[in-house]
Amino acid sequence: MNLLNYILRRILLMLVVLFGVSLMVFTIMMLLPPGMRVAVYVHNEKITPDQLETLIDRYGLEDPAPIQYCRWMGNVLQGDFGYSVTASAPVTQGFSRYFPITFELMLIAGPLTVMVGILLGTIGAVHKDKPADHFTRVFAIVGYSLPTFWLGLLLLMLVYGYFGIFPPGYLSDAGKNIIFSEGFTNYTGIILVDGILNWEWGVVLDDLYHLVLPSVSFVILASALILRLTRSSMLEALGQDYIRTALAKGADRRTINKVHARRNALIPVVTVAGLLFAQMMAGLVVTETIFNRPGIGQWIVRAALQLDVPAIMFNVLFLGVVFVTVNLIVDIIYAYIDPRIRLY
Amino acid sequence: MSDSHKTEIVPDHTTKVLTDDAGFEVAAHPRVQEFIFSAKRFLSNPLSIIGLIIILGFALVAIFAPVLAPPENPENPYRIPHAGWAVEPQAPSEENILGTMEQQYDVYYGLIWGTRSAFRIGFFVVLANLAMGLVLGSVAGYFGGLIDEVIMRITDMFYSIPFLVMAMALVVAIGRGLNSIIITLIVIQWTTYVRVLRGEILTVRENDYVQAARASGASHLRIITTHILPNSIYSVLIVASMNIGVTVLAAATLSFLGLGAEIGYADWGQMANTARNWIVGPPGNRLAYWHVVMIPGAAISLFVLGWNLLGDAARDVFDPKMRRK
Repeated sequence: MNLLNYILRRILLMLVVLFGVSLMVFTIMMLLPPGMRVAVYVHNEKITPDQLETLIDRYGLEDPAPIQYCRWMGNVLQGDFGYSVTASAPVTQGFSRYFPITFELMLIAGPLTVMVGILLGTIGAVHKDKPADHFTRVFAIVGYSLPTFWLGLLLLMLVYGYFGIFPPGYLSDAGKNIIFSEGFTNYTGIILVDGILNWEWGVVLDDLYHLVLPSVSFVILASALILRLTRSSMLEALGQDYIRTALAKGADRRTINKVHARRNALIPVVTVAGLLFAQMMAGLVVTETIFNRPGIGQWIVRAALQLDVPAIMFNVLFLGVVFVTVNLIVDIIYAYIDPRIRLY
Repeated sequence: MSDSHKTEIVPDHTTKVLTDDAGFEVAAHPRVQEFIFSAKRFLSNPLSIIGLIIILGFALVAIFAPVLAPPENPENPYRIPHAGWAVEPQAPSEENILGTMEQQYDVYYGLIWGTRSAFRIGFFVVLANLAMGLVLGSVAGYFGGLIDEVIMRITDMFYSIPFLVMAMALVVAIGRGLNSIIITLIVIQWTTYVRVLRGEILTVRENDYVQAARASGASHLRIITTHILPNSIYSVLIVASMNIGVTVLAAATLSFLGLGAEIGYADWGQMANTARNWIVGPPGNRLAYWHVVMIPGAAISLFVLGWNLLGDAARDVFDPKMRRK
């Protein structure tokens, strides 16, 4: 099968899975009583019980499920997800307000996580059973045993509470005054980028200052997965014949580790990118809640606590779509790197 | 190196020598030999021993909870006793040896009875998932075809939504509380077991002994239970042992976010949730509320660490590919 056929087949499969995801979101929604589902259609908080009856009637919330599904899907495809109480705005507006804050954290913490994971994994494999390797293993065990929220609380208690540096939140009051002032243009909504474009370096530094603790806690926990995978895959690569050949030819150890072993070892690491993404989303929910960053993760938590149905459903759907797409891209990249995959 | 050579290097000391009545040497049953071999491998790794000690310690605490922290109301022992409603947590004292949380709930009592909650969550979820995985995985892997396709596409759908977000949506739909969390985790985590078992069965299914059983007219049920499962079940048992820690961690996270038990229920995640308001102490004593933050989180971490170490050990011991290395 050539690559194009493979990609087309995967995209078709993805559509099936996406349909399934939408069915699942819909099923979860149908578990709720009609009175709560009204919020998907109506944006008024002061509804009397009488009005509720008529609304349920008008939007057919007691109709057979397939009819309701089609109606809901029709709205979703037109970009109408209802009104979010927690964002005090339509869901799509809330999303565009919160997403940049989340994106910023991912922008900083995501690449750092990958780099730390690969670096420590390589060190562990190269120095197998030496002190450096033991350190990386302990680091990995801590990474997948510590609850994200606990590490976050500890960092806050010690670093912010005791030493008084790196506060929670996303900007200081002075910084907020600047970004909400007239002269500050919102190009992207991402404060880091907007700060640079507006030439407000104070805001940029302020923003980075608030990103330190969330990023640190995020990297410690999320890099464990990549670390373990890199280490085991690197160990396997180091045992291959071509490494021995390279050694016999007299290539120096560092070149062998970097060029011959690591390049090959990283191929399987690509496959966990999807898994890593899911883990990051979970990490973001907790990290944003603890460090009080008003992003998507914190929004989901507030929506869950206040039973803001439209916001939750939108986010589940959105993250599902992103996740499926990420996995598709990963599979295509993998098929490109390793032609054997295309056979399946 | 041929495979037959590999099987010959089973260490001799694992073959326990028994004698029968007449004094002749009789080798122990192969299963007993294998078990002794597994146990020796397990005990030769210091990390698995640490894991075992941690979990046994927690198990003892859970079993003797009524002795360690006698409940005021035996009908409802998970309710943490509290003296008064004062908001500010109190530092450890003679009365409350680990201090009190918000609203004066006793930290020590919550810690002890929270152990039971943790075991309950971990076991319930993993056992239910194991059962689902065995049934659906066997069916999908053994019969293949359309039924396999349907089951696997359903697992794909569950896989395609980030786990925590999906869990939150479900908890919202069925209502908050510890039982909801247990149900939610059961609904979400079964897919891993099905996938792993199915994959394993696909490799076992075409073996000669299965063909032979089929040719001799054995029923599907018999083939699955006596020929296929015994040779493929290890893979899911490993997943199960590694998943207990993951499950408890996920449940604690949901509780921490406020979707779990109500305040005053002995559950570590819920205790950590109340700690959020008490991260920074009053001026002059910034770490005044350390016990509220440290103790529940440390308990969760240690519990999860113990299971993770045991899970790793189980993989090394039971995985046929790792076993004889």
